[in-house]
Amino acid sequence: MRVALFITCFNDTLFPDTGRAVVRLLERLGHEVEFPLDQTCCGQMHFNTGYQLEAIPLARRFVRTFAGYDAIVSPSGSCAAMVRDYYGRLGEIAAEEEGDTALAEQVAQVAPRVFELSELLVGQLGVEDVGAYYPHRVTYHPTCHSLRLLKVGEAPLKLLRAVRGIDLVELPEAEECCGFGGTFAVKNADTSMAMLSDKLRHVLDTRAEVCTAGDNSCLMHIGGALSRQRSGVRTVHLAEILAATEDDARA
Amino acid sequence: MSGPSPSFPESARVALADTQLRRNMGYATQTIRAKRALVVDELPDWEELREAGRAIKERVLRHLDEHLEALEQSVTRAGGQVHWARDADEANRIIAGIVSGHGATEIAKVKSITSDEIKLNEALAARGIEAIETDLAELIIQLDGDESSHFLVPAIHRNRAEIREIFLEHLDVDELSDDPRELAEAARLHLREKFLSARVGVSGANFAIAETGSVLVVESEGNGRMCTTLPPVLISLMGIEKVLPTFQDLEVFLQLLPRSSTGERMNPYTSVWTGTSDGDGPQEFHLVLLDNGRTSVLGDEIGRQTLNCIRCSACLNVCPVYSRTGGHAYNSVYPGPIGAILTPQLVGIHAAESLPYASTLCGACYEVCPVKINIPEVLVHLRGKVVRHKQAEHSGWRARLDPEAAAMAAMARVFSSRARYERAQRLARLGQAPLARRGPISHLPGGLMSGWTAMRDLKALPQRTFREWWVERDGSRADA
Amino acid sequence: MSSAREEILGRIHAATRDVPESEKADDVAVTRSYRQRHEASRDELVELFAERVADYRATVHHVRRASVADVVAEVCEARGATRMVAPADLPTEWRPSDGVEVIADENLSHEQLDGIDGVITGCAVGIAETGTIVLDGGPRQGRRAISLLPDYHLCLVEADQVVGGMPEAVSVLVDGVRSAGRPVTFISGPSATSDIELDRVEGVHGPRTLEVLIVGADPRTTDS
Repeated sequence: MRVALFITCFNDTLFPDTGRAVVRLLERLGHEVEFPLDQTCCGQMHFNTGYQLEAIPLARRFVRTFAGYDAIVSPSGSCAAMVRDYYGRLGEIAAEEEGDTALAEQVAQVAPRVFELSELLVGQLGVEDVGAYYPHRVTYHPTCHSLRLLKVGEAPLKLLRAVRGIDLVELPEAEECCGFGGTFAVKNADTSMAMLSDKLRHVLDTRAEVCTAGDNSCLMHIGGALSRQRSGVRTVHLAEILAATEDDARA
Repeated sequence: MSGPSPSFPESARVALADTQLRRNMGYATQTIRAKRALVVDELPDWEELREAGRAIKERVLRHLDEHLEALEQSVTRAGGQVHWARDADEANRIIAGIVSGHGATEIAKVKSITSDEIKLNEALAARGIEAIETDLAELIIQLDGDESSHFLVPAIHRNRAEIREIFLEHLDVDELSDDPRELAEAARLHLREKFLSARVGVSGANFAIAETGSVLVVESEGNGRMCTTLPPVLISLMGIEKVLPTFQDLEVFLQLLPRSSTGERMNPYTSVWTGTSDGDGPQEFHLVLLDNGRTSVLGDEIGRQTLNCIRCSACLNVCPVYSRTGGHAYNSVYPGPIGAILTPQLVGIHAAESLPYASTLCGACYEVCPVKINIPEVLVHLRGKVVRHKQAEHSGWRARLDPEAAAMAAMARVFSSRARYERAQRLARLGQAPLARRGPISHLPGGLMSGWTAMRDLKALPQRTFREWWVERDGSRADA
Repeated sequence: MSSAREEILGRIHAATRDVPESEKADDVAVTRSYRQRHEASRDELVELFAERVADYRATVHHVRRASVADVVAEVCEARGATRMVAPADLPTEWRPSDGVEVIADENLSHEQLDGIDGVITGCAVGIAETGTIVLDGGPRQGRRAISLLPDYHLCLVEADQVVGGMPEAVSVLVDGVRSAGRPVTFISGPSATSDIELDRVEGVHGPRTLEVLIVGADPRTTDS
């Protein structure tokens, strides 16, 4: 399959290894990955913070950049959800405020083809065993957008269970939000930290070496505190675990 | 609401430091969550009920005037009287007028958040009328001069030892343990005397039925039954959005509400009365219909769904923010997720700017809402209104000075061109050099971002972006 | 105040101007695919009802029709109740055979009701799924005050009055409300509060003891 990669501005700049892992993984499974260089940002931060009008040009750029692809994959549940679930609303606003009815039409074409990584693998490509090897104790945090908006369900866990050598341990109170919430982490830093404090405790209780998830935004938040506490636990994106093989272990 | 209240972040900071509150809230919300999950899982048709609940509310709200007119007719036909109140002051005047008209200086009151919204007790006190709260939690709060922090379990922030202290101080008892049974008995004796002597009862209304003129109070303790049955005069205060079309529609809501609120198959007592009944209960019934901003909510096509709310509090119990900060941090009669969307719409966005941001948009509330209010959608919509309001207020140079607006505008510009975006990536990498000498960044200067490093490390920007790697790889592949 | 009324209705009209003039309330679709009735036999429903009522810490007995009067007398004696109020139309077969004075409610004062040992009533319908007894002031139930003030409520439920769930119960009650404006009280266990650390504590106001007798429809039924 020809899959276009929607890396997200965040991963492009801060977590390029996650993008590289997605490319490696999909090529290993025999698919062709394209990367339209015109992509920048989906506009989630603007939209969620109340700058919906400012997000409209970003949505227009997205639908133009990704027009014509059969499948678009993103290693970010929240950005995939932004496009799939909220670009429709941006289309409505564009029509109401700017008389632009074209955006809604383009969104209807492109948005249904956007998938978060685990959705693509399990739901679209029908694969659970991606041939990965990752001999570490790992716990999985289901991020809110992937859980409640995209409803990825068991897909990430199915993929992780099939990883050779993995010691997968269940995270207590897994479905509780980690407290990131985009600008919430700075506007409401105290509450964000109170929520993170409990998430951290649950992660540490599992005695896992690695905490993984399908969103680097949440992992940056969780990982930032794990690092500050010098806890000896790290965060690794789901894609990087799935891309890992025996070759990496040897290296 | 008079005077500027502290913002949510400020109030939350104080609340979060109260370890007793954190413990009480954590325990309470976890307990109710578990109970709710059990009784909801029992029903094979929960999702069908939710959908019917949502649809029935949609039907009512799209035709609210028709339903209210029908309700007025039915109530009147059944022997009751209907009053209309545009705002809190008018409602208070009407109610006080009825009470004074009967020469009463005391009323027996069933808990009603709507009455808290209009500050009924204060308004009555100003006219020399004492409102005796008869719900155990409201009694606790009233005795202690405190305020409710959860609209279903208002004294959720108090544990039994604290309640014992309050009772010992204010009730006519010499000794009291902190056993809940004994505490309840003390309240029972204190209030029985009030129930038998009150000339006017005042209640809220969970629902009213347009078809029949019936009004309902859903409760646990029996004080609702007492106040709506024993006094000869009954006044019920109801937000206009609470009307339902037909009596048969109760088959949906009487399943949705108890399971969502107290996590029971059915709450102990639900009372339904229709006007007045000869020889049974009050012989004079007044229904006060309250607007007080609800028509504004109705007029916002996205915000309108907020009025679906049946005040179950399921969203509060499941909210990771509320369950840690408690209700007082919202500085509003309605706390939690529903409060974050209802209050700004009732009082005006400018008076509650921080509430729509008191959320991570995790969506847990929407998942449990029995009438499918898409709370995250309304939160984002209201955030748009806050931004638009600020932009309208501060035009020109003042707008450009607002750091957040400036940052958003700058980022939008950066993202609108590939060249600008890639340049910004390179600049950020250069700019971090002094901060990221070795290992993670532990301190970011400046107001906006220093909140991050106050409690978390930040990893340094990698040496190469993803697209730089891709272009290089593509280049070398093309050569190969 | 007609001016407040007109103003509020006017505001509503303006607020809902997005709704087409031609749309009627019933045009808004309501999908009622939730369960309308329980598929269960009479015996299964009665058993479920008894279980669910007992879950609320109310005491439940199954009684054959012929033994009602004796059982009523027994439970009153066990309770120590010697004076019970009842609606004037309480059936003779339900009156305790011995040891209890039954006072017909002929407009007793609230103080008199407060001082009595308990109340005996029938009901309008019983809901198995939720263990709920519903009174609507109809036959054998009396006015609301008599089942509210006494501390002990002895309620007789005929087996064929038990329905599966809420939709069925509402169907039973609706005519009484539509035609006669009957006041309805749904009772699910004795009074309780969870306001103190969420500990469900029985008995704040309202009867602290609820005892239920399920009366078999068929005297030959072998309920214990």
